[in-house]
Order: sequence, then structure tokens, then C-alpha cells
Amino acid sequence: MTARNIAMTIDQVAVRFGGLVAISDMSFTVGEGEIVSLIGPNGAGKTTAFNVMTGFLTPSAGRVTYRNTALAGLKPHEIADLGLIRTFQRTSVFPNDTVYDNLLIGLHRQGRVRLLDAILGLPGARASERKLRQRASELLEWVGLERRAHDAAGSLSYGEQRLVGVALALAAEPSMLLLDEPVSGMNASETHRFVELIRSIRDRGITILLVEHDMPMVMTVSDRIVVLNYGRIIAEGTPDVIRNDPAVIEAYLGHGAGRA
Amino acid sequence: MKAIITIIAVAALASVPLWLRDPYLLNALITTGIFVIGAMSLNLLLGFTGQLSLGHIAFFGIGAYVSALTSLGFDIGLPGGLRLVHTPWPPIAGFVLAIVIAGLCGYFVGLLSFRVRGAYFVIVTISFAEVVRLVALNWVELTQGPLALTNIPSIALPLPGLSELTLRTKMQNYYLVLVVALIAYLLIARLVHSHFGRAMRGLMENETLAVSVGIDVTRTLTIAAVISAAIAGAAGSLYAHYIRIIDPEVFAFINTVTMVIMVISGGKGSLAGPVVGGLIFGLLPVALRPVMAPEAQWIAYGGVLIAILFVLPRGIVPSLAQRFGRRRSRATALASVTLAETAAKEPA
Ligand SMILES: Nc1ncnc2c1ncn2[C@@H]1O[C@H](COP(=O)(O)OP(=O)(O)O)[C@@H](O)[C@H]1O
Ligand SMILES: [Mg+2]
Repeated sequence: MTARNIAMTIDQVAVRFGGLVAISDMSFTVGEGEIVSLIGPNGAGKTTAFNVMTGFLTPSAGRVTYRNTALAGLKPHEIADLGLIRTFQRTSVFPNDTVYDNLLIGLHRQGRVRLLDAILGLPGARASERKLRQRASELLEWVGLERRAHDAAGSLSYGEQRLVGVALALAAEPSMLLLDEPVSGMNASETHRFVELIRSIRDRGITILLVEHDMPMVMTVSDRIVVLNYGRIIAEGTPDVIRNDPAVIEAYLGHGAGRA
Repeated sequence: MKAIITIIAVAALASVPLWLRDPYLLNALITTGIFVIGAMSLNLLLGFTGQLSLGHIAFFGIGAYVSALTSLGFDIGLPGGLRLVHTPWPPIAGFVLAIVIAGLCGYFVGLLSFRVRGAYFVIVTISFAEVVRLVALNWVELTQGPLALTNIPSIALPLPGLSELTLRTKMQNYYLVLVVALIAYLLIARLVHSHFGRAMRGLMENETLAVSVGIDVTRTLTIAAVISAAIAGAAGSLYAHYIRIIDPEVFAFINTVTMVIMVISGGKGSLAGPVVGGLIFGLLPVALRPVMAPEAQWIAYGGVLIAILFVLPRGIVPSLAQRFGRRRSRATALASVTLAETAAKEPA
């Protein structure tokens, strides 16, 4: 790994739900501009880790720091304001709004105007509206949803809704993006295009932490991989290192499944 | 299309006093108009943020009392033998103060209840209305209690270069209410179509997703609550200066129910909904009076409400708009509603 500035530090984080230990003693870092994947079997604690990093869950122990700001006690919207934006494992859109309006809602952080300006329709507020609409169109083009702009988000195919979810997160102008199983439910060609999208997101300088089960995809896009099993980190390293790590092979294939 | 309907509707409403001379009907229209403003303010919360204020009449009543007391003056004892004496101010100052103080009350009620929402908000608003009613009933020195505040002056408009114009006739009051209603309508329309309106919409549709893109729930809902309460306060002030007598019964729960019925029947979340629902339920008593005892009228209201919602389940305006609507087919609308419900049930 080259020497990068560290974007996010996860330091000895633990999460317990009653008696269940979902995460124990998790520590790792993500560098600025890096693509790091967090992988592991179902129930390993990946989504829980995302919930901690984005303020949806308070850890039982440990701390998360983003760009030198400790996230403890911050609400999700305050963490979003630091540029740390997530997507959701379950499809999550504003279903009754058009895709275009979804993005306008997602552009909330860019659209802040004073209440009085908005109500009186002052030039400042109107200029801001024009900019938002422009930006929403650009985002639609970026993720390839132009043709769906005026359809209700809830009426789109599953794969397209996942894409709307990512576009919404991008609308929030992330400096770091957390993607929770973004290609689940996408077909092969959609997945292929999504890999291109991830690269273009990184090319714009956005740090990415990816949770994904699609191993070929994880191996191609990741700079580094962190492997979780039963809430513990069992391996960490480049795709080549992870591919050949015995503990990882055991975790993924050791439960009686045939060896590939 | 929408603009044409709006212009025709406003022109029709503006023409009413020119051909309708019956004072009883004009009176019914004025009080209905005042309640329509109240219903519009309730709709801002219920229809655009999904929060049910079941004590909404409190803001209306506070507006009425503040405005009445400002223009009547008062002289009350304070703890420690002090006295607070207020000499009467012009009613227009009362109108402004009613808006400000009702808005402040909206702020505190919001602050109290928006951390935990849903049922909690409903309970806090109901209790708030009841507490305010008890204060109005028992602080006799200030409010006259059940004896009512009487002889409240009519609103007088200061005209530049001329003497004041006191609005005494029904026609004048009708136009006053119409103008205030139009301003309230425009204000709400601007708000819901702005950045703030989108934040409210996002929170109502999918709160988890909304906060994940940086929308501040408490702030957004508080803004809605303040503006909603302030508009209700304005309506209350109009009511006090038009009826010219006000007693604690103004805080009765049934008055909130009336506003809720107006909003639900017309269509919550639609700008024109409370206007349509408000006109129907505001004028229904006029239509029913010759044929029914007042006690029986509530049963008729219930019947009409059920009939409307049976035929037009989302309320008159949204259901009709959908029926004559463009793009979205019935199927997509249904599918998206189902999805929204699924999303609401399953947190991330
Ligand atoms: N809110 C919760 N309450 C109780 N248990 C939970 C909760 N969220 C997750 N868990 C449990 O924590 C463990 C990790 O879950 P999760 O983080 O969703 O795994 P992954 O995303 O890696 O599949 C699982 O055993 C899950 O059942
Ligand atoms: Mg998960």
C-alpha cells in the first residue's frame, strides 16, 4: 500500500445486540481515494459496521473517526454533512417521486437556502433551484438513468432502483461513499456497467468502502479487502493476498461446500 | 391547466359578494373561509410531513385570544403584588402578534415532541390544546373565563394618507378573509415546492434514506410546525375580530376534528384539498340546517365523509387528479404505495 492520507479510522469497535456479538474489536483504516471492500458471509456484521459508521447505531465500544472528526454522538444527517454518505442493502428510494425528484431530494446538501428566500422566491433561491436541476440532470446522465427521469422510482426494475439509490448518495456529494451490496439484484450487464461506475466515482476522488458478495467484482475493483467472519476481522490485504488466505478460504468454503 | 383552474376559482370566489346578498350565507362563507385557512395550516403538517396535530385548534385559539387581548387591553395582577397593564393596541397589531405567538407555540410543541414522533406528537398536541383551554377557562382576570371576551373591535386597515378603514360589513370581511387565505395558500405552495418542501416529502416517504442524505428531521419538522401554527394563529385572529366574542369553547376538540375532516376529505398532501374539503364541510351545516337538528348533523358529516372516501379514497382532489391524470397509471401508483409501505416497515 502506498502512503495515503487516512480518510476513516475504525478503532476497536464492538457492537452487541443483547447477548449477540455482531462485531467485536474491529479496527481498520481506509485511505483517501482508496477502494476498500468489506466482505464476509451473511450475518458477519458488515451492515452493522455501516450503521455504526453512519450514525444509525451507537457502538458498544470503540470509535470511528472520519477526516479527523470523531463521529461519536453525531446524528446520521450530521455525519452526512461531513461528506460520509451510504447506500442501503435493502432497496431504498423515495418510491412515489420520479427519479428526477428523488435526485432533487438527494441534492439537499447543495440546495440549502434561507427559508425566507425560498418562500419569497428571491433570486438567490431561484438560482439555487436552477443549479440543482442542472446537477440532477448531470447525475442522471452519469449513472445512465436519463430515460427513466420521469418515471416513479417505485415503478422501476429492482436493478434500476439500486442504481437510483447510488445516484441519490452521489447527489449528496460524498467525499466517501459506503455501498452496501450495490449489485445484488442486478443482472450481468448491469453489474458490468456498475463496475465502470464505481471506477468513475473513484476517478472523481471519492473514497469507497464496498460491501459485496460478488467475488469477481470485489477482486477486480478493490485496492484492499477486509474480511469479516462472525464479527471479527480474519484477514486484510490486497485481492491477491486475500485470494490465497487459508482463513478466508475456510470461512467461505469450509462449511462443507465443495472446493472451487 | 392547473393555473387556469386556479384563476377561475379565485375569480369565482372574488365575485361572490357581488351577487350573493344574503347575509346569512355570506356569514357562513366568511367563517368557512376562516376554517379553510386553519385546515390549510393543518394540511402543511398532516399532508406534507405526515404528522397529525390533534390539538391544532390550540394555535387557532391562541391566535384568537392574543389578538383579542391585544386590541382590548388588560390589567392583571402578577406574583409579588405587581400589575401588568396593557392599553389597547390597534387590531392589526393583534393580528401580527397572534401570528408570532402562535408560531412560537408551534416551535415549543415541535421541540417537545419531534424527538419522538408519531403517536407522541398526537398526544402532545392534544394535551397542549387541553392545557391552553384550561388556562383560558380559569385565568378569569385575563380572559374573563367562561364569560367570554366581548366587544372585540373589528380589524381596521390603516390606509396611507387617509383615515383608517374599519372592516364592519360582511363584504369587507369576506374580502379580508379571501386575501389572507390566498396569501396562506401561496406561502404554503412556495414552501412545499422549495428545498424545504422536498425535505419534508423525503422524510415522509422514507425517513432513513432522507437522513442519510443529510436532511435534518427535527429542523425540517420544526419549520413546518412553526409555519403551520402561525397560519392557524392568523386564522384565529380573523375569527376573533369577525365574531367579536371569544370564549374557551373555541379550544373544543370538535373544532380540530372539523379541520381534520376538511383536510382528509379534500385530500391531504394536496394544496387545493383543504380548500375543497373545507368548503364542503364548512357549508354543509347551512345545507342541513333546514332539514336536521344540530345534533343529528354530526352523523350526517360522518356519512358524507365516509361516502367521499369510499368513492375517492385519497380525498377529492388527489383522487380526481389521478383519475383525470396523465402519466401514472393506476397500477404504478398502487405498486409504489405497496413499496413505500414495505420500505417503511423494514428499517435498514
Ligand atoms: N438491529 C439488530 N438487532 C439485533 N440483531 C441484529 C440487528 N442488526 C443486525 N443484527 C444481527 O447482527 C448480525 C450481523 O448482521 P449484519 O450486520 O446485518 O450482517 P451482514 O450485513 O454482514 O450480513 C446478525 O446476526 C444479525 O442478525
Ligand atoms: Mg448486510
